[in-house]
Amino acid sequence: MSSSPLPTLVDCAAAFAAGTQTAQAATEAALERIKSSEPELRALLHVDAEGALAAADACDQRRARGEAPRPLDGVPLVLKDNISLRGQPMTAGSRILNDYTPPYDATCARKLVDAGAIVLGKANLDEFAMGSAGTHSAFGATGNPWDPTRVPGGSSSGSAASVAAGYGHGALGTDTGGSIRLPAALCGVVGVKPTYGRVSRYGVVAFASSLDQVGPIAATVPDAARLLSVISGHCPHDATSAEQPVPDFEAALTGEIRGLRVGVDAELLGESPPEGLAPAVFERTREAFATLEALGATLVPVDLTMTRYGIATYYLVATAEASANLARYDGVRFGHRAELGHDSSIDDLYVRSRGEGFGTEVKRRIILGTFALSSGYYDAYYGRACQVRRRIHDELLGALGQCDVIAGPTSPEPAWLREGKSLDPMQLYLMDAYTVSANLAGVPALSVPMPRLDELGLPVGLHLVGRHWDEATLLRVADAYCEAAATSHQRTEVNR
Amino acid sequence: MSATFESVIGLEVHAQLRTASKLFSRASTSYGDAPNTHIDPVVLGLPGALPVPNKEAVRMAVMVGLALDCQIRGRSVFARKNYFYPDLPKGYQISQHDLPLCERGHLDIELEGGQGKRVGITRIHMEEDAGKSIHAEGAPVSFINLNRAGVALVEIVSEPDMRSAEEAVAYLKELRSVLVYLGVCDGNMEEGSFRCDANVSIRPRGQEELGTRCEIKNMNSFRSVREAIAFEIARQSQLLLRGEQVVQQTRLWNQASGRTEAMRSKEDAHDYRYFPEPDLLPLEVTDSFVSKLRETLPELPAGLRARLQEAYGLSAGMSATLSEDRSRAQAFERALGEDADPARSASLANFLMTNITGAMKRSERPWADVEAAMEQLAVVHDRWRAGKLSNQMMTRVLDQAFDADRPLPAAVQAALEAVGEVVSDDNALGTAVDEVLAGLTAEVERYRAGDKKLFGFFMGQVMRKLRGKADAKSLSRLLRERLDS
Repeated sequence: MSSSPLPTLVDCAAAFAAGTQTAQAATEAALERIKSSEPELRALLHVDAEGALAAADACDQRRARGEAPRPLDGVPLVLKDNISLRGQPMTAGSRILNDYTPPYDATCARKLVDAGAIVLGKANLDEFAMGSAGTHSAFGATGNPWDPTRVPGGSSSGSAASVAAGYGHGALGTDTGGSIRLPAALCGVVGVKPTYGRVSRYGVVAFASSLDQVGPIAATVPDAARLLSVISGHCPHDATSAEQPVPDFEAALTGEIRGLRVGVDAELLGESPPEGLAPAVFERTREAFATLEALGATLVPVDLTMTRYGIATYYLVATAEASANLARYDGVRFGHRAELGHDSSIDDLYVRSRGEGFGTEVKRRIILGTFALSSGYYDAYYGRACQVRRRIHDELLGALGQCDVIAGPTSPEPAWLREGKSLDPMQLYLMDAYTVSANLAGVPALSVPMPRLDELGLPVGLHLVGRHWDEATLLRVADAYCEAAATSHQRTEVNR
Repeated sequence: MSATFESVIGLEVHAQLRTASKLFSRASTSYGDAPNTHIDPVVLGLPGALPVPNKEAVRMAVMVGLALDCQIRGRSVFARKNYFYPDLPKGYQISQHDLPLCERGHLDIELEGGQGKRVGITRIHMEEDAGKSIHAEGAPVSFINLNRAGVALVEIVSEPDMRSAEEAVAYLKELRSVLVYLGVCDGNMEEGSFRCDANVSIRPRGQEELGTRCEIKNMNSFRSVREAIAFEIARQSQLLLRGEQVVQQTRLWNQASGRTEAMRSKEDAHDYRYFPEPDLLPLEVTDSFVSKLRETLPELPAGLRARLQEAYGLSAGMSATLSEDRSRAQAFERALGEDADPARSASLANFLMTNITGAMKRSERPWADVEAAMEQLAVVHDRWRAGKLSNQMMTRVLDQAFDADRPLPAAVQAALEAVGEVVSDDNALGTAVDEVLAGLTAEVERYRAGDKKLFGFFMGQVMRKLRGKADAKSLSRLLRERLDS
């Protein structure tokens, strides 16, 4: 365990560039922290110590040759294990991909590596990114670094826990309905879901294609901004990635938000917390509004009535797409194949391979999504969900016409006990209530830490939603808020 | 068809587009290579692989739509068609469902006897092909070849406008011809780049409402299409005449037994759970793109047939034969050059279809050789037609040239020089005739006694003496003079 605080990603890169720290040293330290904390946390599914040290060596040699430093030179990171990295096993947290090693790189992973980043390993996740707690991994649940008896949030559970535990200086996650932001909130770190189309999905295991986005998780807003700058941009392998200019997100962090209009769901401006929101989280959220006002922003009440249908809509759209996206895991070309006798049919192969390979939650969602698309039910379920999605999109864009960002809590509750509600799917689905609308509308959103709760000492997150392609404003607000609230760079005590 | 029932036929044609790479990936579409060599993460459906549409495939599909007078949808939508099959790597096929690229077109066909008919086109949509499963005979194992998986297809769905197997085949042939003319499909039915399913039903004559239909699959030649549809019409008619009902089914054509066989009934039909493909944005085709493509539309078979008749006075039959293959018609026009005199045109067309085609087939020279030598071959034709080459000489020139181990244009030239000219000089011919007749006194006597059939024999003998180079007209005249004097 380190005795001195772990530097931020930006500082780590600067130390490398200045020659005060080698990539080798940074990587060895990270591997050491992994070694000591990992047995308890289970944040990683695969550690590539050899590869990481080789990449670090390559960084150090580049510097020795006098090459100009790259934005992530010497920076150890982890990738969620649904992001392909050639030659490294990838499971997506599922038994069905137990023996799978991708033969190609995801674009986002490629961009990180090309920017000099050192990939330490692959982070645990809810199976196929389906879950809000990190408890649905086929390879064991991840613990919350602040209290390992509690969940870290999901599905990018291992990514957020890794950053909070100081394994590396950042991580990539994926967010379909809140899977970056929820664990970031519950682990006290920063998590960004970019605008749909901002980051290439090529090489990233698809859960729900129209909702999935890759994004950074980091200890500070500038760290997240740097990661986002590196992974963003049009990709010729992803037809849904947009040809939008990528600004320098770090340069957008001016600390200045005077005159900015912050939209707030009118429900959050009352005396008592709205239904489902824990009073302690409500209290922190109200304090955050006050902090933003103190920084010169104006609060604007907005109508977000339609977002109440977000969860119902999300669990139809996402499961319908997932039911098709997961059809390729059939035991024919790769992944788990059931042992069968010669008298078995091709249907036996499918039924047994998929039955053995998928976990309960994944099966539940495949069945739900298949039903929602079935002849005779399509209009009432998938079709209707698409209509409501459009309404939510329109409402959110209408609200964003009256303000610059919308603020609220990321999660209705702080990290809950692993043995608690994790068993009831409906209760778990509700944990995404504040996050799913951004995915349904395709707009960017992030979670930044608010001051930890007095009683339990657990982190909670402030959720900010912005306009399409305007991650810069979101990050600027988040950065200014973090500085004012002194919540930047939270890592668990044990690793400070 | 009996007087009692009328058959109603609609066709669904799958045509492979001749793009170099697949519909949604950069993998090659080349046919016949080692199994599973034209694959990549997208074709294999690896986790995280994503489809990216091939612009050339879209261009070709729009060309098909324009050639069939369809309305082109500015914003069409790809959809996932979900079903499990080992040669379908993703577990769904990317197709188009309720918003296809092209709709409401038509194709005019010509029936036996020159009668015209318009067949409606319901829709044309784009989709990706599946791979191929190969089931080992007697072994509990199957093989999968994904080289074909992901190849771009257009599915062309006709209205149920055809009333006989012959009409269906006429439609298919014309459609195939259009696609080949457009250069978007090679039209090869054996290799499966042009495939057809038929929906067949029958109804009492005069009835408006359609009967219960069966879909017939597995027909891979025009002949099998004709036979399968004819069989199916007869089968359904017999069912109804016996007071039984037609069951809605998918049936497979068995070429060996000459029958259609039930494959699955309506109850077993898949629920494909179509929904918009979320990995792709709607396909946008602008008006300016469409109008630019409209300008590049080549002359289509119907137009070419009409022009061959009008411009060169060819018969309808010869025009149709020549334009079955556009390159043949083009070669004809190139050979024709400036002199489009109707008699010469008809003669040259016959020469191309009979003499040249015959020599080509016998020698196994490729068509490309013929195309290259069209100018020289036209000279052969013209000299033959002018009487400067006898039939035998012309045949000898073609045979020698096509058999020669050198490029055809030079070979034709050489053979033409070698054969020389026909002998039409009366003195030379007369001498040959006298010599031949002098040795055939018995036959000459029999001829003069009334056995006039021997005239041909004398012609042959003189011709042989002159190694086929005699001018037949002069020779005939001289022979008569000698024999009848």
